[in-house]
This record gives sequence, C-alpha cells and structure tokens, in this order.
Amino acid sequence: MAVIQVERKPLSLAERTYIPQIIGGLKTTLKHFFQPTVTLQYPEQRPEISKNYRGVPTLVKDPNGREKCVSCQLCEFVCPPKAIRITPGEIPADSPHAHVEKAPQAFDIDMLRCIYCGLCQEVCPEEAIWLQNQFSMTGTSRAEMVNNKARLYELGGTLPDQHFKWDKKKAAEEHGNAH
Amino acid sequence: MIQPAKPDLVTVNIDGKEIAVPKGTNVIEAARLVNVDVPHYCYHPKLAVVGNCRMCLIEMGMPAVDPATKAPVIDPATGKQKINWIPRPQIGCGTTVSPGLHVKTTSPMVKDAREGVMEFLLINHPLDCPICDQAGECKLQEQATGYGRGYSRFIEQKNVKPKRTQLGPRVTLDDERCVLCSRCIRFSRDVAKEDVLGFVDRGSYSTLTCHPDKKLDHNYSLNTVDICPVGALTSTDFRFKMRVWFLKQTNSICTESSVGVNSVVWSREGVIYRITPRRNDEVNDTWMPDSGRVLYKQVQSADRLTSDIVLDNIASKAANLLNELSGAIAVVGSGRSSVEEQFLTRKLAAALAAPVSLVSRTAQGDKLLISADRNPNVRGALVTGLVSALPSAQLTSLAADIDAGKVKAIVSIGEDLTAAGLTAAQLAKVSVVYFGTHANATSAAAKVVVPTVTVFEKSGTFINQQFRIQKFIQAVPALAGAHNDLAALAKVITAVSGATVPAELGTLWPLIAAEVPALATMLYKNIPETGLLLDATPWAGLPFVEAQTLHFKPATV
Repeated sequence: MAVIQVERKPLSLAERTYIPQIIGGLKTTLKHFFQPTVTLQYPEQRPEISKNYRGVPTLVKDPNGREKCVSCQLCEFVCPPKAIRITPGEIPADSPHAHVEKAPQAFDIDMLRCIYCGLCQEVCPEEAIWLQNQFSMTGTSRAEMVNNKARLYELGGTLPDQHFKWDKKKAAEEHGNAH
Repeated sequence: MIQPAKPDLVTVNIDGKEIAVPKGTNVIEAARLVNVDVPHYCYHPKLAVVGNCRMCLIEMGMPAVDPATKAPVIDPATGKQKINWIPRPQIGCGTTVSPGLHVKTTSPMVKDAREGVMEFLLINHPLDCPICDQAGECKLQEQATGYGRGYSRFIEQKNVKPKRTQLGPRVTLDDERCVLCSRCIRFSRDVAKEDVLGFVDRGSYSTLTCHPDKKLDHNYSLNTVDICPVGALTSTDFRFKMRVWFLKQTNSICTESSVGVNSVVWSREGVIYRITPRRNDEVNDTWMPDSGRVLYKQVQSADRLTSDIVLDNIASKAANLLNELSGAIAVVGSGRSSVEEQFLTRKLAAALAAPVSLVSRTAQGDKLLISADRNPNVRGALVTGLVSALPSAQLTSLAADIDAGKVKAIVSIGEDLTAAGLTAAQLAKVSVVYFGTHANATSAAAKVVVPTVTVFEKSGTFINQQFRIQKFIQAVPALAGAHNDLAALAKVITAVSGATVPAELGTLWPLIAAEVPALATMLYKNIPETGLLLDATPWAGLPFVEAQTLHFKPATV
C-alpha cells in the first residue's frame, strides 16, 4: 500500500499565541457558573426516576390489601438466572380472600442473582410482580441480599388496580346462576 | 397401493398414509400408530368409549362401489377408486376401523369442528390456570393452543359451580373446570367397582358430584385425578405443592405388594412431591392404588436411620462382631430388598456360612392391584437362590435356635425381628447387625446399625408375582448419613471374608448373570421399561399366597 505524505499546515499567528483557545475555554467555564447546579448530593438527594424504570423487582397488593401474587411460579420458571424461589401455599378458609385459594407461603428473590431483565413482570398473569424505581440494593451479607416476602411487599406497596378480577369472581359466586 | 393384510389386520388410510391395524381398533388408536394425534378428552384407552366430548371429530370415507354390481367405482381424474366422504364429521373414538376406511384429521371441516368444540368447552371455563394444579399437564390448555380462538365472544355471565368440594379424603373437585368427560365416573364404576360419582342438573348446569351418602374414598380414588384431562379433580395431598413443570420424572416400581405397579416418581431438587402410575399393559394398565402413592413420605420421615461414621468403619465393626461369633450366625434376608441386594445377601450368608431365612408379610389382597403378598420381591429371593422355600411370617426355628444357644449373632436386612416373632429377651441374647432405613425395636437393640436407603434413593430390580423382572431408578439423592444397600453389603462382605464384590449395578450384573441361571442372559441396562418375563417353571410347585389380581392368575387356580 502506498504511503501518502501529508504536509502539516503551519499555525497562524492567533493560533500560536493560544489566546483565542484560552478565552474559549474560560467562556464555557463562565457559562456554567450561572447555570443551575446538576450535581446531586447522592445519598441525601435522590434523582427523579422515570416511571418505566426497571429497578428491583417487588410484589404489590391491590387497593383492598389483597396480595396479588397467587404463587403460580411462572416467574420462577422464566427467571433466567434462577433468582426467584417460591413456596406455594393455600389461603386459609377463614381469610376474606379465601376464594383466591392460593398465595405464596414464602417468596424469595436473590438480588445477587437478579439481572433486572423484567421477564418476571412480563410473564406474571396476575400483575403482581413489578420492577419499580428502587435502583440501589446494598447489603453486608449474602443473606441480606435476598429479599423475602415481607420485604418485597414493603418495597412494592399498592398497585392502583382497575380490574379486581377476583372480586368480580367472588361477586359472581355469591350471585349464583340464572336458573 | 393397498398391501394385502393379515387376516386379523385391517388396512386403513389415515391422512394419506396406509397402515394395517388390528381389527377392533378405533381411529384414535390407529392414528396414533402413524404418529397422528387426534385430540380427545373423554376417550381413555383403558375405559369404555362414550363419545361425549366431541373433540375427536374426524372426516371419514369409504371406497365407492357400484350399488348394483359391487364393482369398485374408479375416479377418472386419478385413476384410483373413488372415496365417498361422509359430509359430516364423525367421532374418532367411537369409529372402529373397517377395511379401506379413509380418514382425514387435518381437513378444514375437522379443524372447524375442533375449534367449535373448544369454544363451547371454554365458554364457562373459569380460566384460573395460575391457581390450577393441572396447569402444565392440562389437555384443555394444550388443545386451546392448537384450536382456541384466543379471545372470547361470550359476553354473558359465566356459570357458577361449586369449587373446592371434598369428594373424599384424597380428592378435591373444582366443578367449574370440569368438561363433563365422565372418565372419573366410568373409572369408578368399571375399574374400581365403586359407583360413587355421577352428574346432576342439566345442560350447561351439569355438575359432577358424589351420590348422596357416598364418598370417593376407595383405594383407587386418585386414579380419577390422573385421568381427569383438566384440573377439575385434583389430589388433596399434592394440592398447591409444586408446579408440574419443575418436577423431574423417574421410573420406579411400587413396593406396596408383589404386583409391582409401574410408577413415576416426581421430584424436584431431591424432594419427592408425588407418585403417579406408569402405563404397563401387562401389569397395572394405567392404574395405581392410593396407598402406594404416599410411600414417598418415608424418605423424609423423622425416624430415618443415619450415622456420621464412615461406611468402612461401620463395616469393620460389623465384621469384627461377626468373625468373633463365627459359626453361630443367622442371616434374615428381606423380600423388600432388590434382586441385586438379595444376591449380595446370599454372598454375605455364604461368607459367614450362615443359614438364611426370610420374613413373609401377607394381608388380604384387593383383587385389583394389591396382592396378598406385601413383599415386593419374594420371587427375587427365589430366583437369586437366597432361599429355596417360601418364607413364613414368624421366625420360629430361628427363635428355637437362639433359645438353644446355637445362634449368637443375627444379620438382619431391614427386617424388624420383634415383629417377626422374636421376643425382646431372645433379641437381648444375640448380637444383631441391622441394615435398615427406619428406626424400630431391632435397630434399637442392634449392636451395629448400617443405615441404608429407601427404594427412591437407589436403583435396582424387583421380580413381581408374574416373575416379571422390572427395574426402578434412583429418583432422589440418598439421605446424608445413609448408605446405598449394595455398597454397604459389599463392604461388609469384604470386611468379613476379604473377597471383593462389585457394588455398582453395572459391574454387579455380569456376576449375577454368570451365577444365577434364570438371569443368565440379562444385564441391568438391557431390561426394558415394561419389564421382562422370566421362566417360572423351576418354582411352579410352590404354594404362592397371591390370589387373582389384574393381569395375574395364580397357577394353581
């Protein structure tokens, strides 16, 4: 391959003094003096998180306080790094939610394994598991990094659910058949 | 071209493929032979055909013949015999093959019919798959994938039916999921001979229920759960325990009796969740007693024997004890051991020059899948030469020998000697080496206890009442601190006599084949899944206790 010799352009007088470049730099610096600050004092100040941010997976309750998860274990099945572990259980007959029949006895998500892919949220037929705006998970031991059921509901809070499918089911059961 | 069929075979054409099938076969079974799946709910190969689900609709036709001359009518377009297609679909389960029958299972009419049936079946279905135990093995789910429309046109309110009904001690019914196939009704009536189930109410309000004052509590009730194509009947024991897609299936043999019911053990990460039957048309069809399905609970039971001592040390301790009392030893083998373990028990008895006795365990059989002999492998002891006569329930001669001072040590392979008729005083007189899985009076009195494993934690073979050798495969890892029976027996034999014997199935079987005439041509890996029938003539004269059961007739009757 042929080598092309490129002639270096000689610097002009203004360039050789460096003064225009220094003034240009000072101008940029000066501009930032008068702009609002963007730096957050992180642990005390938290950034605004977008609504569709996919942070730590959490469990949610419906507005009536019923835990939405019915422990179908689809998230456990789909989870690529096998971070989710569920022990299914039956809802006791004296509970107001007994008509839902099934709820998790234990629900653990190992955040050391979780890759925040959101497949659990996508696969959930009950809209019970959500990746919300919690972006920082820290702990000092492996056990601390496993979110148990209580912690997941604490992180998740309530989902403003519009469907109430199980309440409708219960109402239909109480209403009975047409005949 | 149609091949000339054998006299009892009928040649049919399914989706353009010619196949010769036995006379009397229905279209579903014939299609299965050419790997064509005809979806169905109510049809079950081992139950009477009722044809009420209408899912197996197919299009059928017969070769045309001239009504007057009976001469074949040739289609001028193809040059072949014309087929007269019936203009409406027929049910595959209720259609028996006839010579020249042509069947279409993929035509637009068939697809339309299946989609129509599926839409009606799903109209009142609660669609609660997330909480349904059948999810993953549900025929309704499977067929909805192929023939469901994906959305519902039904805007009226769905029917409400009883949910969470306890039909019996082991079966829970959700009537909303029921597709009214009536398999459970036919099973209870025809196979279990306990007619307890039926439909009440009419039309879309039809509901499965128990007859008044009756319960689904016979010992075969869980088979209704197995054959239920949807999630209507579910096992109360397995209810909400684990989703089936997580479970590993391992072929096993039920140890409840000498019938040797073929079973599948469903486990996940070393924990067994349920046991279901495995089809074997020569032994148990597709059925299994309820009592055999709870045997997995012995694996996790609290009274399992374990030991922190390594097996070599246990074996040398046992050998020291036995060598000291050499000449005054008796071996009590077991009809619950596998063939391989019985073979090694015989080797151990030979090394100790000890007589072998076996304990029989009998109870009333149920004429179906529980025989009178509750030891799964007494025939294995006969075949391997461990014993030559049938065992008795009481060890009377051994008791007499202990009292006479002739026997000073007993090696018991999992047999509770007090249950077999020895008194606590007699047991105190002898030194016992006990190989066993669970704690009992004998293990408490034993000088050396070798903790062994249950049938779910090891592989091996049993020989059932038909002299059919059937293999079972390890489903879960052995409990920590318990040892495989073969390894334990081999170590003790080595410690006693210095001779080494193989402790693995792969290396042990050539030795068994060489020394046991009835198993001469066999290897463990070559035994098929449905078992292999052995020649029973050497033991034909023995008075076996079994009465007639499904697929078994005692020789003397």
